[in-house]
Amino acid sequence: MSDREIPRIVSSRWDLEDGFTLDRYEATGGYGALRKALEELTPAQVHEEVKAASLLGRGGAGFPAGIKWGFCPPGVFPRYLVVNGDESEPGTYKDRILMERDPHQLIEGMLLAAYAIGCGQAFLYVRGEMALAQERLASALNDAYAAGYAGRNILGSEFSLDIVLHWGAGAYIVGEETALIESLEGNRGMPRLKPPFFPAAKGLYLQPTVVNNVETLANLPWIVTNGGGAFADLGAEKSTGTRLFAVSGHVENPGVFEVEFGTTTFRDLLYGKQYGGGIRDGRRLKAFIPGGASAPWFYEEHLDLPLETGAVGAAGSMLGSGAIVVMDETTDAVRACWRVVRFFARESCGKCTPCREGTGWLEKILLRMLDGKGRPSDVDKLLDICDNISPEINWPPKQTTICPLGPSAVSPIASAVIRFRDEFAAYCGVDDGAVPITVPVKGKAYLAQPVSEAEPVGATS
Amino acid sequence: MTDTKATDDTGMTTGGAPPAPPDAVTVTIDGREVQARQGELVIAAAERHGVYIPRFCYHPRMEPVGMCRMCLVDIDTGRGPAIQPSCMIECTDGMVVATESPTAKKAQEGVLEFLLVNHPLDCPVCDKGGECPLQDQTMSYGPGESRFIEEKRHFEKPIPVSDVVLLDRERCILCDRCTRFAKDVAGDPLIHFLDRGNETQVNTFPGHPFASYFSGNTVQICPVGALTATPYRFKARPWDLEEAESTCTSCAVGCRMVVQTSRNTVLRYQGVDVDPVNWGWLCDKGRFDFEAVNSEERLASPLLRDEGLLLEPASWSAALGRAASALQLGLDRGGAEGVAVLGGARLTNEDAYAWVKLAKGIIGTDNVDCQMGDGLPAEAVLGLPRATIDDACRPGGVVLLVGPDPKEELPVLYLRLRHAVLNDDVALVELASVETATSYLAAHSLRYRPGEVFGLVEALLEGKSPTEVAGIRADQIEDVAQLLADRPLTVVLGRGNLADSAVAVAAAGKAITLARPEARFLSGLRRANVHGALEMGMAPGLLPGRLLLTDGKGAADPGASAAEAREQLTGLWARLPEQRGLDATGILQAAADGRIETLFLLGADPLNDFPDRDLAERGLAGARTVIACDLFLTESVRQADVVLPAAGYAEVAGTTTNIEARVTTVAQAVTPPGTAQSDWVIAAELARRLGYDLGLEAPDHAWDELTKFAPAFGRIGTGLLAAAQADPDGVLVAIATSSAPPAPAEAPAEPAAVDDADEEPAAPKTDDEEPAAPKTDDEEPAAPKTDDEEPAAPKTDDESPVIDLPHRVPLPEFTVVEPQNTDAYSLRLVATRRLYDRGTLVRHSGSLVGLAEGAVAWLNPYEFEKLGITSGDEARLTSARGQVLVPVRPSEAVPRGLVLLHVNQSGGRANALIDIHSPVTEIRVERP
Repeated sequence: MSDREIPRIVSSRWDLEDGFTLDRYEATGGYGALRKALEELTPAQVHEEVKAASLLGRGGAGFPAGIKWGFCPPGVFPRYLVVNGDESEPGTYKDRILMERDPHQLIEGMLLAAYAIGCGQAFLYVRGEMALAQERLASALNDAYAAGYAGRNILGSEFSLDIVLHWGAGAYIVGEETALIESLEGNRGMPRLKPPFFPAAKGLYLQPTVVNNVETLANLPWIVTNGGGAFADLGAEKSTGTRLFAVSGHVENPGVFEVEFGTTTFRDLLYGKQYGGGIRDGRRLKAFIPGGASAPWFYEEHLDLPLETGAVGAAGSMLGSGAIVVMDETTDAVRACWRVVRFFARESCGKCTPCREGTGWLEKILLRMLDGKGRPSDVDKLLDICDNISPEINWPPKQTTICPLGPSAVSPIASAVIRFRDEFAAYCGVDDGAVPITVPVKGKAYLAQPVSEAEPVGATS
Repeated sequence: MTDTKATDDTGMTTGGAPPAPPDAVTVTIDGREVQARQGELVIAAAERHGVYIPRFCYHPRMEPVGMCRMCLVDIDTGRGPAIQPSCMIECTDGMVVATESPTAKKAQEGVLEFLLVNHPLDCPVCDKGGECPLQDQTMSYGPGESRFIEEKRHFEKPIPVSDVVLLDRERCILCDRCTRFAKDVAGDPLIHFLDRGNETQVNTFPGHPFASYFSGNTVQICPVGALTATPYRFKARPWDLEEAESTCTSCAVGCRMVVQTSRNTVLRYQGVDVDPVNWGWLCDKGRFDFEAVNSEERLASPLLRDEGLLLEPASWSAALGRAASALQLGLDRGGAEGVAVLGGARLTNEDAYAWVKLAKGIIGTDNVDCQMGDGLPAEAVLGLPRATIDDACRPGGVVLLVGPDPKEELPVLYLRLRHAVLNDDVALVELASVETATSYLAAHSLRYRPGEVFGLVEALLEGKSPTEVAGIRADQIEDVAQLLADRPLTVVLGRGNLADSAVAVAAAGKAITLARPEARFLSGLRRANVHGALEMGMAPGLLPGRLLLTDGKGAADPGASAAEAREQLTGLWARLPEQRGLDATGILQAAADGRIETLFLLGADPLNDFPDRDLAERGLAGARTVIACDLFLTESVRQADVVLPAAGYAEVAGTTTNIEARVTTVAQAVTPPGTAQSDWVIAAELARRLGYDLGLEAPDHAWDELTKFAPAFGRIGTGLLAAAQADPDGVLVAIATSSAPPAPAEAPAEPAAVDDADEEPAAPKTDDEEPAAPKTDDEEPAAPKTDDEEPAAPKTDDESPVIDLPHRVPLPEFTVVEPQNTDAYSLRLVATRRLYDRGTLVRHSGSLVGLAEGAVAWLNPYEFEKLGITSGDEARLTSARGQVLVPVRPSEAVPRGLVLLHVNQSGGRANALIDIHSPVTEIRVERP
């Protein structure tokens, strides 16, 4: 961790009681960046600043935002901006805080992004369960419209942007950008295939669409105000600026912390006094998940890795959504593994076979092991099932699935089985005894009414 | 049509590999370099070249979704091999595909294991066992044994999703075929995925059953036994089925299908994918009405009316004897004009020829009509230049629908039109008095006042109108006229409203062909083989092979070929009718007036099918002797004096002709019940008892005889029957298209006018080889670019062979009577058909009979207060002809001033209200 003073770029208003109000936002420099952009900068210049900042997407994949914006085919309009506020990766809760405590910062970020890419219609997709975030965003949007920051001819300029706030219906998969687009269109949230449905080319309503994470956009006001160069000066070469990390699990002081990106290490974050504060009750660290439940696990030997995309990737995992889940020595690796897999099994959208059936099967095997009915062959079977979902169980993962949700369920198993194989073996007896059978029958029929009672002519379609 | 719609053409032999199209790309599949079309999917290109990639969700007639992941293969586009779904990846030049690499094999094996995780292994009791893609592909590509020892997913099963389809969600592998079909192909998005993860299920929403006319297709395309149809469930094992390819005759679209039987019982129909017609789809009526073939109520022995006035079983010799003596007596008393034949659309072409020969060539009467007053004048059907379905669906065209709602009457035509409108930039213009189930597809749907369609069509052809016409604003007329003028035009011509005049529709057709000679017409008539029957001359004034009774008699301008043909015919037939006879209306009127001694009902039920029930009743009562040949004891047959049981569908072999004039085969798969006989045998027996030899010893002898006077036409049949299995697409009978009066006969030497397209179905089209037909280029309805748009069929040439008859049926004058509003308090009647009604087939198909809605009068909601009636109550509908009591319900689909009543529904007869002679039917709706 460097010693210099690091500005709080996105979390500057979190300590303010009324940081979410328009008055406080304006009083703390809010909407200054928008004013600056509209009065002094062309859209291309805003885009250049973001490119100069090397701002990496904060949603999980870590793709540079400036470059992503450039993928929209030139001259194709309308194009849309979609904000992915469907934060649901287990352990991740940074976007929620951003939306609850500083909604105007996000709205200003959207305005800047829309200005840069030339879009007049933006959609703000907020996870269904985040009631307070929805409430604060809705009220912030009303205030922004009333104050002339959104809507037609913003601040008297030619630039107009309409922002639609949309609430999700509670599906993890909708955090995947193409599934989010499907959901936004009113369909069942299932991922689309890439190719051909890359959002930049064929996104929402098959128009060019930029999908950005909440935190990514929240950085924009600071970048426009202070310049992309100032942002790029912070952090490491390829991981610039600051970044929010949500620390949870067996630490003394769980929470969301803004740290310099790329230079801070895991040890700083987990053990630093102002951050995680060390493992609870002075216990030893067993493992931690560095970037949300999808990421392969890290162990003690990884603590001194910097929080930097490239370094973490080279070590075989990812920073993903910035969620660090800590497990101390008392953790049962098999049970932890099952908990994570169960999440993915339940959240699998059901569209493609390996994910739908594979994750469910993995969960069943793990649960059976926990129930004391494990068999010696189960450990290798787990790995082989993983291999059928994510061939070769490599990092970055290959996949037989449509989207990365399937391989996400593979990560914890591959990590845990390889590191703690003896713990798995301990659950596997020698006796291939009978598996208990319970038959819960689901799903009554929606008994068909006689067709003769159906709609009249003209309405049969 | 996109290239993704390639057919399953595994049977292709590379005798003459088609030349590579100019935009071909070279792809290496399993080490072999092959040519693929630009944009062709890897899975389709591989299959075309003999490499079968396993699949479940991929279906060549639907958009790929890449969901089942079964078709994963290694694809290298220059960046190293990667596992990709071959149903989603288009071929690009230089692509290397490995379908059997270790990674691909492992992925495929893995996917199959996953699919079997929750799939019950109940194959021994599953209907799909033996024809199950999951079973087959598990044997070919799957792991040897299961590693799954946990409990499988359980659902209540089976559950009904509609009245005919049951769903077993445990067997479902969630391939999205049925749901995609419902949403994308049928346009009935009523089944969906619910829940998620491995508890994802397909289901309906409460109160919204899968009430689609096309639901049976989902059963056919289901790759497992998840969807089963009640009529086939637990009836047979696939390996016990015998099958014969045939053509559906439930309506006149002519969908190809296989008839599957076991132990002399029809058990199932399955759609066959042919490019020009049905693409593998069938409607539920066509698919499930095989139950009527097996019905216990089929007539199995002749019936005679005894002295106690009851119909009693009798022997064939007694029945034929009674029929012949009554006929002879009638002839002696009333001459040939005293004999009339109603019906015949049920017959095959061969049977129709036999009956025409009996009626016109032996008895000598021209009072023959295969339509029941619910169709169009025969000349309008035979005399307008005919389009194929592919013509109508060709990208960039416009289809003018002047006729019935295709979804209700010609369902698979609706599917083709829907696809063309949604995918191929075909514009649909609908002229209909009420909103139909097809209206939502139309660029313009014009609600004309019943009876005024001719004026509207004239205005549309004119391009403008100073005032509103038939209730359509002048500016709308201009917009629509512009659209019609700008694009290649196909017209679907039929009867959209049985309470409306057929002559007006025919006149509209004539006006269009005069104004737009290049426009093509697709018939909108629905009865099974009505088009074939007309080709065979089952209408007044007509002789087989589109010859006119007046041809060669100097009355009309005769083509020389027609004159010669007539000469030939005079030599073959004992006599020809002296003068033009009566149509169905005329026959019933004459019978009512006591001028018909003998009335034959040939599969006709005028009491229910003739639009004017009062006239039908008086006609049946007035005819001295009624002789019925039918499958069932219909209401009209009950009035007959002699009832002769006939063999029906799947019990006779022959040919049928569809709305395009496409002649295809129908197969015999079972034997008729009891002593029922083929219609041609009945005709021959009657002829014999009159002292004549019909001259036919087998049904296809009809074609030999036709060859003698209409050689081109005749050889269609002989060739087609010989090559039946080789050419499922059949042969098209083109119609001479010039709008001028009949063309001078340019091909009098008959044998030269035919080529052997019929014997070699894959041969190039007739026209190209016909030396003496200078105008045939114009007549060729298929554009040359079709080759590019259509997937390669097993044939080397996608086009169906086309036979041009050297003469055409001229369009007579149609006199349109303008309707007069007689009563300001009345509403105009719109009488339309629904797919399910009290028709013979539906009524005797247990699975379908409950689907007919029953009679309801639909009125605009606005009318209720005005008329002082309440929704759901019974109201009295009174016309000049009669009155009925039916419940009334509101519908926005019905414009003000109209009342919509579906014909032939139980509980209230629309045809009791209609006066066939009146151009419109005015109805008073009152509280009873």
